[in-house]
Amino acid sequence: MNSFRRSGLILAASLMLLFSAACGGGNGAGGNDKEPANGGNQVKQTNAESNGEQKDTSSNKKITLGFSQVGAESGWRTANTKSVQDSAKEAGFDLKFSDAQQKQENQIKALRTFIQQKVDVIAFSPVVESGWDTVLKEAKDAGIPVILTDRAVDSADTSLYETFIGSDFVEEGRRAGQWLVDQYKDSTEEINIVELQGTTGSAPAIDRQKGFAEVIASNPNLKVIASQTGDFTRAKGKEVMQAFLKANKKIDVLYAHNDDMGLGAIQAIEAAGLKPGVDIKIITVDGVKDGFVAASEGKINFIVECNPLLGPQLMQAVQDVVDGKEVEKRIVTEEGVFTSEDAKRELPNRQY
Amino acid sequence: MMKHRLFWPLMVLVVLLLFNLIYSPDFFSIKMRDGHLYGSLIDILNFGSPLILVAIGMTLVIATGGIDLSVGSVVAITGAMACLSISRANDQNGLVAVLGAVGIALVLSAALGLWNGFLVARIGIQPIIATLILMVAGRGIAQLITNGQIITVLSPKYQYIGAGSLLTLPFSIFIVAAMFVIASLLTRKTALGLFIEAVGCKPTASRLAGVRSRTVMLAVYMFCGLCAGIAGLLLSSNVSSADGNNAGLWYELDAILAVVIGGTSLTGGRFYLAGTLVGALIIQTLTTTIYMVGVPPEITLVVKALVVLAVCLVQSEKFRGLLRGRPKAGPLQTANPEVKRHA
Repeated sequence: MNSFRRSGLILAASLMLLFSAACGGGNGAGGNDKEPANGGNQVKQTNAESNGEQKDTSSNKKITLGFSQVGAESGWRTANTKSVQDSAKEAGFDLKFSDAQQKQENQIKALRTFIQQKVDVIAFSPVVESGWDTVLKEAKDAGIPVILTDRAVDSADTSLYETFIGSDFVEEGRRAGQWLVDQYKDSTEEINIVELQGTTGSAPAIDRQKGFAEVIASNPNLKVIASQTGDFTRAKGKEVMQAFLKANKKIDVLYAHNDDMGLGAIQAIEAAGLKPGVDIKIITVDGVKDGFVAASEGKINFIVECNPLLGPQLMQAVQDVVDGKEVEKRIVTEEGVFTSEDAKRELPNRQY
Repeated sequence: MMKHRLFWPLMVLVVLLLFNLIYSPDFFSIKMRDGHLYGSLIDILNFGSPLILVAIGMTLVIATGGIDLSVGSVVAITGAMACLSISRANDQNGLVAVLGAVGIALVLSAALGLWNGFLVARIGIQPIIATLILMVAGRGIAQLITNGQIITVLSPKYQYIGAGSLLTLPFSIFIVAAMFVIASLLTRKTALGLFIEAVGCKPTASRLAGVRSRTVMLAVYMFCGLCAGIAGLLLSSNVSSADGNNAGLWYELDAILAVVIGGTSLTGGRFYLAGTLVGALIIQTLTTTIYMVGVPPEITLVVKALVVLAVCLVQSEKFRGLLRGRPKAGPLQTANPEVKRHA
């Protein structure tokens, strides 16, 4: 029954989308037709503008941005959504937001709707890496620039999109490793590291492992003695860490590819009668709220932020693209690193 | 002795444990730490308990010739529901709040099980389809409850269910033991077990013989839902949080695997609860072994698949006959080729 209700909602939503798409097309075309005849008469078009379908070529126009989000699967993603929505409002853009609910087909539909509505710029976080060429080409043919956020696509033809704004996972791994190298630069004994990887085969898991390994290679005392996937979840992180603790006599450092696995591991470490953050140093990536709380309690020693608040950078890129400026093909989000002390100080300011 | 149906599953478990003993001699060491026992074997029992619970329910459902694919989703829903109601409470550690949350979650899980039973027994939908509905929709419901987020609760009382210890042993073991004893007594000391097997053999014939096959089916699906619900509470309280997206993901497959390894046939009509227990322990021991040995994550599933394949083959009389060099005609008894695909 619930599935019926859900599909009913989806149906209603898509009908509404269709309807608004039709309206949008009409309005946009109308506005453009009127443009030469009306000349400088901008005032009368405010109505159309507030509908957000207005496409105008004068300099003080309102930019319409179509944004398709992956879904709402985590606190990180919700913060990402909020950042985009807030900064669009701040920049005075008209944002058309669409949630793909983790499905590529929904996202492709959303992009096609944006194309029909003749938005100025399309931005989206691809659910998966592949299969985007066709719809991206449609956008290109319609003359609508596309910006990727957070996740990349594997299209060989990079002219299909303007830029990719997102985190550099390899760099995150490097930063985690760098902190460790600095911490133990004077140490002469061997430091045993265990690693909780993300979902096997996912880009963040591969890259965070790569960057970390690259940096710690500079110190032969730093050894990863065990590495296993924890699927980015607390439950798995706890279970795997329990096994690590049994299998290895001496663990000095835990490197977890996200906060949640680290939080699960902390419970396992406490159950083993050890003090997380003291007996075993803990490094995690992401910087979600629960992770920050643990860090402020000294249970996590170092958090490499994976910043979801890329809204302002996205709006800047949108403005640049519309203004016809050259934009970098790859824009890396601004991200910080936090020790326990930083976390304590920053905790009240965290938005997610 | 080799004829006993538990012989081969137990052999596999022993071999797995022996392998661990050779690989890491500490495997069997159990120490006292902070007033509770601490060691790999305890971990296996603790982490294996949700799987054992779900598998017990699954055994009875499979015995009636059905299957319940929705258990993983029920696990997610109950965990989410319990954590949501605790997080809404003024005092998260209040006894009333925790008991209320557990009560709501258990009633909900039984209702979900009843829904499955209703679809199967009353409407007559095939079990695999009927429960597939809840498997898919249930995950959505869990995500709706948690709003797609991870709900964290700060409640030592709730945490006790999955991570606390009683008489130096994890509390979860006692819950599982209680459910196992209840299920065994109900099915082996009363006629209920016979009814279930009768329904599994031939629903129509059993109905004509005077067994209320529909009521039996309803009860069995409800019990399975309840087991999954308790498992959901164990899982979510173990990590003090509810994750609607990942909790109990693919649990149904592990549970079916445990049932089949334990010697219960998917065609229904016969069931072995003790076998299921051993089957679930084999799966959990295997998982823990893989973590301890340090199998690279890329090939973990292959290793699992190979072990499961070996388990199924060694249980097959025909295969053992082939090994001994005198092929014996006869149907495969316990091994089910479908199982090999999952690990």
